[in-house]
Amino acid sequence: MQKIKKILIGFLFLSSTSQHIKAQETYPVNDVANPKNGCYAFTNATIVRDGQTLVQNATLIIRQGKIEAVGNNITIPKEAVVIDCIGKYIYPAFIDIYSDYGMASAERQQTASGAGAFFRTQQLTSNTKGAYGWNQSIKSETEAYKIFTADDTKAKALRDIGFGAVLTHQKDGIARGTSAFVTLANQPDNFIILKDRAAAHYSFNRGTSAQSYPSSMMGSIALLRQTYLDAQWYKSNPSSEGVNLSLKSWNDNQNLPQIFEAGDKWNDLRADKIGDEFGVQFIIKGGGNEYQRIKEMAQTKALFILSLNYPVAMDVDDPNDLRFVGLDDLKHWEQAPGNAAAFEKAGIGFSLTTADLSNVTEFMTNLRKAMEYGLTEAKALEALTKTPATMLGMYDKIGSLDAGKIANFLITSGPIFAEKTVLLQNWTQGLKNSIKDENWYDVKGIYTLTANTNGGVKTFSVDLKDAGIASFMGKDTLAGKYSYDGKLVKLSYVEGRGPNAKETILSGVATGKIWNGRGSDAAGNVFTWTANFDKKTEAKADSLKPKQPVVLGKVTYPFLSYGWEQMPKAENILIKNATVWTNEKEGNLNNTDVLVKNGKIIAVAKNLTDTTARIIDGTGKYVTAGIIDEHSHIASSSTNEGGQSVTSEVRIGDNLNPDDMNIYRQLSGGVTSSHILHGSANTIGGQTQLIKLRWGANDQDMKFADADPFIKFALGENVKRSSSTQGNPRFPDTRMGVDQVLMDAFTRAVDYQASLKAAEDNNKKKGATPIIVRRDLELDALVEIMNKKRFITCHSYVQSEINATMKVADKFGFVVNTFTHILEGYKVADKMKAHSANVSTFSDWWNYKMEVVDAIPYNAYIMHKVGLNVAINSDDAEMARRLNQEAAKSIKYGGMSEEDAFKMITINPAIMLHIDNKVGSIKVGKDADLVLWSDNPLSIYAKAEKTIVDGIIYFDRDKDAAMRIQNKNEKARLIQKLTIAKKSATPGAGGAGNFRGARPRYEIINTCGDHYHSHGLLGIDVDDLENNN
Amino acid sequence: MKYTKAKIRYNRIIMVTFLICFFIHVSAQETILPANAQQETIALTNATIHIGNGKIINNGTVIFTNGKITAVSTAADTTNAKVIDCVGKHLYPGLILTASQLGLIEVNSTRSTIDGTEIGDMNPSIRSIVAYNTDSKVINTLRSNGILLANVIPDGGIISGSSSVVQLDAWNWEDAAYKMDVAIHLRMPSLLVRSGSRGGRGGFGGQQPAADPVKSGLEQIEKVKIFFREAKAYLTESKHENTNTKFESVRNLFDKKQKLFIHCNIVKEMLLAVDFVKEFDFDVVLVGAVDSWQIADILKQNNISIILNQLHDLPAMIDDDIDQPYKTPGLLQKAGVLFTINDDDGNSRYRNLPFNAGTAATYGLSKEEALSSITLNAATILGIADKTGSIEIGKDANIVVSEGDILDMRTNIITQAFIQGRKIDLDNKQKQLAEKYKTKYGIK
Repeated sequence: MQKIKKILIGFLFLSSTSQHIKAQETYPVNDVANPKNGCYAFTNATIVRDGQTLVQNATLIIRQGKIEAVGNNITIPKEAVVIDCIGKYIYPAFIDIYSDYGMASAERQQTASGAGAFFRTQQLTSNTKGAYGWNQSIKSETEAYKIFTADDTKAKALRDIGFGAVLTHQKDGIARGTSAFVTLANQPDNFIILKDRAAAHYSFNRGTSAQSYPSSMMGSIALLRQTYLDAQWYKSNPSSEGVNLSLKSWNDNQNLPQIFEAGDKWNDLRADKIGDEFGVQFIIKGGGNEYQRIKEMAQTKALFILSLNYPVAMDVDDPNDLRFVGLDDLKHWEQAPGNAAAFEKAGIGFSLTTADLSNVTEFMTNLRKAMEYGLTEAKALEALTKTPATMLGMYDKIGSLDAGKIANFLITSGPIFAEKTVLLQNWTQGLKNSIKDENWYDVKGIYTLTANTNGGVKTFSVDLKDAGIASFMGKDTLAGKYSYDGKLVKLSYVEGRGPNAKETILSGVATGKIWNGRGSDAAGNVFTWTANFDKKTEAKADSLKPKQPVVLGKVTYPFLSYGWEQMPKAENILIKNATVWTNEKEGNLNNTDVLVKNGKIIAVAKNLTDTTARIIDGTGKYVTAGIIDEHSHIASSSTNEGGQSVTSEVRIGDNLNPDDMNIYRQLSGGVTSSHILHGSANTIGGQTQLIKLRWGANDQDMKFADADPFIKFALGENVKRSSSTQGNPRFPDTRMGVDQVLMDAFTRAVDYQASLKAAEDNNKKKGATPIIVRRDLELDALVEIMNKKRFITCHSYVQSEINATMKVADKFGFVVNTFTHILEGYKVADKMKAHSANVSTFSDWWNYKMEVVDAIPYNAYIMHKVGLNVAINSDDAEMARRLNQEAAKSIKYGGMSEEDAFKMITINPAIMLHIDNKVGSIKVGKDADLVLWSDNPLSIYAKAEKTIVDGIIYFDRDKDAAMRIQNKNEKARLIQKLTIAKKSATPGAGGAGNFRGARPRYEIINTCGDHYHSHGLLGIDVDDLENNN
Repeated sequence: MKYTKAKIRYNRIIMVTFLICFFIHVSAQETILPANAQQETIALTNATIHIGNGKIINNGTVIFTNGKITAVSTAADTTNAKVIDCVGKHLYPGLILTASQLGLIEVNSTRSTIDGTEIGDMNPSIRSIVAYNTDSKVINTLRSNGILLANVIPDGGIISGSSSVVQLDAWNWEDAAYKMDVAIHLRMPSLLVRSGSRGGRGGFGGQQPAADPVKSGLEQIEKVKIFFREAKAYLTESKHENTNTKFESVRNLFDKKQKLFIHCNIVKEMLLAVDFVKEFDFDVVLVGAVDSWQIADILKQNNISIILNQLHDLPAMIDDDIDQPYKTPGLLQKAGVLFTINDDDGNSRYRNLPFNAGTAATYGLSKEEALSSITLNAATILGIADKTGSIEIGKDANIVVSEGDILDMRTNIITQAFIQGRKIDLDNKQKQLAEKYKTKYGIK
């Protein structure tokens, strides 16, 4: 048998299901043994070895599931089954390394529903049984290979689009354990696992865990950071920890490739930053919007995994619905297919995945779309073969057609990404899977057909065309059809027209270029026929090249209305002849000029000149320092980590969100710096982040440089969960308990600091057994407070809790730097003064909850009179646009001077944030954070005309007017494009069937969680959302 | 500023009276008493009078007797009147809050203090006035900002019931009632596709629609229409074996003795509201109407007036002009739509009404137009313009005296206020707490 060379036609319909690479030795055989060597030779093919190398007229030899040889001039082993691949292309099969193929889906746990996230009942401990870690979302012990079960229905779907191997893992949890690298061969599980522990996986999403912590983006980040530290510490076998299988697995997984599902451009950067801290370079699974920040993506130096799920086009036939469609959503719809191309252009390595597609059959269509947008074929192939294999350190085994590698390859009718190319066969581990074998043999062309009918021999020249259309050319040209399934053929033609039309049908078998069979005419007469292949018809050019250059809108920074096409630069600016409110001892100066250079204030005087400066006429106008908002929740992805009562380990700065329209809106109200606070869901909240409102900058560049770090504390109703609708299982439930949470936390911090010191002293001694103390991020922050390296801003309302918190601070030797809200501050102003606290309050909010029934609008004035440093803050995305008005209310309520009132939103918050050496007043040498007002800045009639940060004009009312028109034009262009796309779309999947109704563009508004201020028709309070982002 | 001896003496009397009052009811809002009926004729002289209809009289005098304005001019005869010299001061009609839950909600977070939202979809017979708490601590904080009248509205369901206008100086709700049952409130089901569990408008978003909000919204609206059709038929017949209270309670809508206030925001919702007018010929006012500027001409053609709920709000859409809410009043004014500005803020508790109007003046209205939008326009929309809303002869003496521009928080310093000629006490709980602690710290 071995010597028989099967001819082409003969092998086509072998079923792959009964093939085995080899018998598994330990398994008894219920049959006669049937060993095979699986040796095949594929000859005369165009072989694309690795995307770079294309070999014409080449041969591929495989044996026992592996490639034995590839190239020209190769001796074909005698025992090889030879397959003539003339006209065919052979490619390495694709690899998808972001799959959950063969994984059972993890079961979601019941969560309490009905209440908003802020006051939801909490599950404080893990529900996982066994010797695992404390947090249910750390599932580093999960081993995909142990739970893997092949599923040939799913495997076939992937094979049909060219994949031969996948990296699979259970997509559940923040640490997800390891993945297995498997082929998609229809074989026993034992044979298809190429590597049992191939990579380790992570995400920000706690998945099926219903445990309360972490409930925020920054909580997920903190949990990952702490787990890195814990795992390191666990290596010392600390007796206080016992056996912790999660940490053990975590450590075991570290030598594998580390893959992080980030899923969004900012999350990508967040993941990379965690990796940087712990010496890990993650491979990052992106979210499809990376093109919006491609420069930052390149800076990560990471490799990426990209999916090809593009936004679904929206129906744009109703102007009332269009009213609420976001420009950013439209722009993303247009530009998302260019994501992969943007990576290629930026020189960032990436692989492609079928993950996130609603149906894997969309993969090739979407890939071709990516190519229209500029992705090259070579890069596409690399992203599906070499790159994923290399990411896993498996390129020596798979990912190209080279001797010794696994025989995973594709046979196609032409260049693989061309639209008309058909994937004929997908060989996995040396075994054939038929995909479209019927297309192996291109039957199109001219044939001579001879029909031996009763009426004599009829001869036609038959032209078989695309789509089963045939022309029968004899005396007349008759319309006909044909079909071919690889072996059996059917033909038919019609004579006459209308009611007189008569059809003759033929069927038979194709044997190479000669077809034979029997036919039957309209009268039922049967006859035999023969067809001989004459010649090919001229093929039309295939559509490999982009049809038309794709015209796209611009990426703006941020990717929203009013974003910049190019980031603005610092200018030399000379504001002439304005009324300048200095906030310094000079007070308010009339007819004065302010000169700005290199982002700093250079001069404040009359009659300044500078030829290099842009001149702004300030006649009749006012110049002030930029407004500083001591209490804000804008520009962050999460605000509250409410999973525990003490979360000093979480950091707002880990999850800044530059894509917040409120940055721009607040610039229009003269705000230049905002202190972004953690929410008030717990007593010791998270670390805060001071930012400058650099509209368009990335998350890191928004940060206020060299500012003292702060942390948010909170007291009262929110932290004791007073509004919880389903009871509160979390300690504390009273102000008495809040006091003890603080006492306990700092007591632990004192002990922690002592043990760190003791260990340090011990470890210095020669020969001493090293003491390893578990590094605790939560306590680190508290130690910083005690050492006056971190400062508190404390959400507080009633006098008892304010007083009690100062006593805790006294006991532990630190000062509560700032009491924020502090609506009963006027009752204990003298005590706060003695404590040296600063205070930051609302002007006139009250009576929205029980702890503010005694709030009074005279609060700021009284505290000011007692000698406290007082600020007015917003805590609100809307009110922050009118902080000048809020400050002015102290003129009404108490009779504060205008100068003192305005200081409450500028120099006073600067002092309490320890940045008064940089901002808060108009003084030579300070940052040029300035506002040009149309009127007295405390007047209700004042508008900020220009808002300058670091000498850069970030808001300009004239430019704003121009951008409004630009936004409208851009939206109109995109709607027009959608209309055309809808008209030209074909029905069904991928065409018109893919359009969806217009969706309103909601805005997520982060809040403290307990106010009743309106945030626009489409504003959604983040606490009303059920998700955890 | 020049003071005559008499004026100085009068000011001194006021000061002494104030001090006496202060010592009598320090720290006790409970002793801030409603004023007695006007006894003597009062003349407010030498003031800048903002009429409320767009006009200003400089250096003018307002005289009122028995609660009614008898003279408004530069040359009024002040004989027999108690003269209060208002030189340098500004007179304004009492400001009117057109849609609030004043006196129904004391503390937003605390259920037991809330009487604002009834359960059930169709509650036309509900009346807010019977739950209006004249001792709410919030009321006095509005008076001292110039707000003297408020329309108190019920919430809940689709038809929420009737609102009543109250004057803010009363012993009980019967005293407070200025005009009872001015409007029935219909909360249009939201036709916006929701993505979150709850919309951005808190309790003012109407019913939460199902998957296809337009379809389910239209179904609900049709149910409301059926209700009104049946009510109309029922009311045509005078005798009934079984009285239908719900139908009876909408009789005044058909008689145009009550208006229908439809709470809605987006264009489709507002167009459906216009449809209500066309079918039932009701007097319709739209409340909220965030996007009213987009169909101002249609609203004008159909004589529909608007209550803008919250000017100090973020724009409806992320792409909107950043000052859209601020400039909406200017656009409506230009289109000739009758509108009023409201303040429904749950944190500052309605008292920033004048400053919402002030912002509108910065972004398109003239200052006097902005004033009208919280006085005469409001009175017209509430159907009380015959009695109040402007400082004109024959109207109630609902007058506020301010140190300066009432729309600007720097100068909104209310020194005196009169409701129906009664000089009301401008003290409030917050002033009392301030005085208490100023005393503690020795702050003058």
